[in-house]
Amino acid sequence: MRFIFKQSYDQDIDLAKHGGQHFWYGLLLLLLLVAPWLADDYWLAQLTFVLIYGIVGLGLMVLAGFTGLFSLGHAAFLGVGAYTQAVLAAKGWPFPLSMAMAALLSAAVGAVVGLPALRVKGVYLGIATLSFGFIVEEVLARWESVTGGNAGKMVGQLQAFGWTVDSSEGFYLVCLVLTIAATLAVLNLLRSTTGRAFVAIRDSEISAQSMGIHLAYYKTLSFALSAALAGLGGALYAHKIRFLSPDQFNILQSVDLLLMVVIGGLGSVHGAFLGAIFLITMPQLISLFKDYLPAAIGQAPGLQAAVYGLVLILFVLFEPMGLYGRWLKARTWLQLFPFYRRGLFKRQKAFQKSDRLK
Amino acid sequence: MQALQVLIGGVAQGCIYGLIALGFVLIYKATETVSFAQGDLMMLGAFLGLALLSAWGLPFWIVVPSVILAMAVFGILLERVVISPILGQPAFSIVMLTVGIGYLARGVITMIPNIGTETHALEVPYRGALVQFSGLVIAVEQLVVIAVTALLCGGLYLLFRRSKVGIAMQAASQNQLAAYYMGIPVKRLNGLVWGLASAVAAIAGLLLAPITFVHANMGLIGLKAFPAAVVGGFGSLPGAIVGGLLIGVVEALAGFYLPEGFKDVTPYVVVLLMLMLKPNGLFGQQLRKKV
Repeated sequence: MRFIFKQSYDQDIDLAKHGGQHFWYGLLLLLLLVAPWLADDYWLAQLTFVLIYGIVGLGLMVLAGFTGLFSLGHAAFLGVGAYTQAVLAAKGWPFPLSMAMAALLSAAVGAVVGLPALRVKGVYLGIATLSFGFIVEEVLARWESVTGGNAGKMVGQLQAFGWTVDSSEGFYLVCLVLTIAATLAVLNLLRSTTGRAFVAIRDSEISAQSMGIHLAYYKTLSFALSAALAGLGGALYAHKIRFLSPDQFNILQSVDLLLMVVIGGLGSVHGAFLGAIFLITMPQLISLFKDYLPAAIGQAPGLQAAVYGLVLILFVLFEPMGLYGRWLKARTWLQLFPFYRRGLFKRQKAFQKSDRLK
Repeated sequence: MQALQVLIGGVAQGCIYGLIALGFVLIYKATETVSFAQGDLMMLGAFLGLALLSAWGLPFWIVVPSVILAMAVFGILLERVVISPILGQPAFSIVMLTVGIGYLARGVITMIPNIGTETHALEVPYRGALVQFSGLVIAVEQLVVIAVTALLCGGLYLLFRRSKVGIAMQAASQNQLAAYYMGIPVKRLNGLVWGLASAVAAIAGLLLAPITFVHANMGLIGLKAFPAAVVGGFGSLPGAIVGGLLIGVVEALAGFYLPEGFKDVTPYVVVLLMLMLKPNGLFGQQLRKKV
């Protein structure tokens, strides 16, 4: 067992709680840094996707996991970011500038979507964001002079100030730097006043309001931040996938993103990345096991959707804290061995928080 | 004259939206959760009808009640096995659960060899028939949709006003705890509500199948029923039908008068406007939570 002796108040908000964490996160960082020389092209591409989806997941986590507002149209922000980047890159903007623009534009759009969030909550918010997602998808498909419409749009390579990122290793490192920056930003945000306000709103809007938290301001801010991260992820996505079409940003993508944070573990930064790993590796795993299944099941086109659905159902039923919750349990079991009790993480049966008047 | 024809098409389509929205509202009123699987339940109903009608060759008048009954039982089982264990959890988990159910249903149907990936026509007796009425040409399918929806509304009205079960459902939807204290078996009622919602979805599926086609992704039409439910006010049964009709008509008119591309978006524009102007919908009650 580990005991942490707190000797100063600053220790309470330290990013790493003890030496072990310094060691393990340092090791992880080191591994990620040398990954381009260890992994082959295929796995490096997968890892890049994990990082990109991790950034988007961080954004959605801020919104859904920490502010308790859930969005069914997050693919729209991804799309706005991706197309902004594509258009600006074609005009020859250096990528740090165009990515900042992509994130800013997404944030602006997110703030606009956040406006109905001030009046509606719960289900209604889900439907408002869903509607918004459909409208953006349609706009992307119809605004042909800018987006290329359904025919799609090619995206060039990442370039800035005469330097072109033409190798997959280089692009991976750019993604890695941005991911680390985004993660640190979110972690710092969460231990600041703003982050605490988000969590307070998630736990109870009414008590947050009575503590003097301005709901409208913080909800809009949460939407804007979340959209900015999604836009940044979208900008990277555009360069990774090199070809954009509106149907990449449809409702199924939005549901996939939501599925990612739920399976990763709502309300934890780790969860965003664990979910991203799940989302990217699951199709690989399925195709790996396909050959061992009878052909009628293994070769069927709907297998992936069925597996996703089943996994989602099982997680909601049995592990609502997601993959990160599973890991927490395993870790606690090891730490407390042999004193782990089964009821330690038992979820509390609470009366439903009602949207209606009781 | 052409506009009138478009209008009738819109009303028929709106009835379908209304029926799916009715399922949302039933479930929302009873358990205060939103089922994203409603469209996929409709798809299952349509496929079941297809299997009985085309593969087994049963007569149409046997197929319809058996599909409705089977889907009702399926809904009750679904509630018992999957939904009821996590009632009382945040609404978000249940939303994700129903999303998962929808994915699973779509995936499993797609996996059926040779059938799942194709589109099929449901061979109902009145398929393709037309009625001429003083210059109007109306497809019988659309008339059937409108008539059945009207009948169903009447039936549901009687159920909720006259029958003991219906009144118990209303009581439970207003206040579960109080209803429970009055001796109403709330848990069993929840199951029944899911059964009822699935049966309505099956009816919608059977009605929609002759107009469009039966395929694994037909459940995505359920996403257009959300605007219908919101426009009507999420907690109101007549509101769901009215909202559905409104969305259907607006969509049809937009398809007729506005340039291409607006048709699919108008329902969502309408719902966004509705949420900004009148978040409780046309028939929703204005309620404030007290601290």
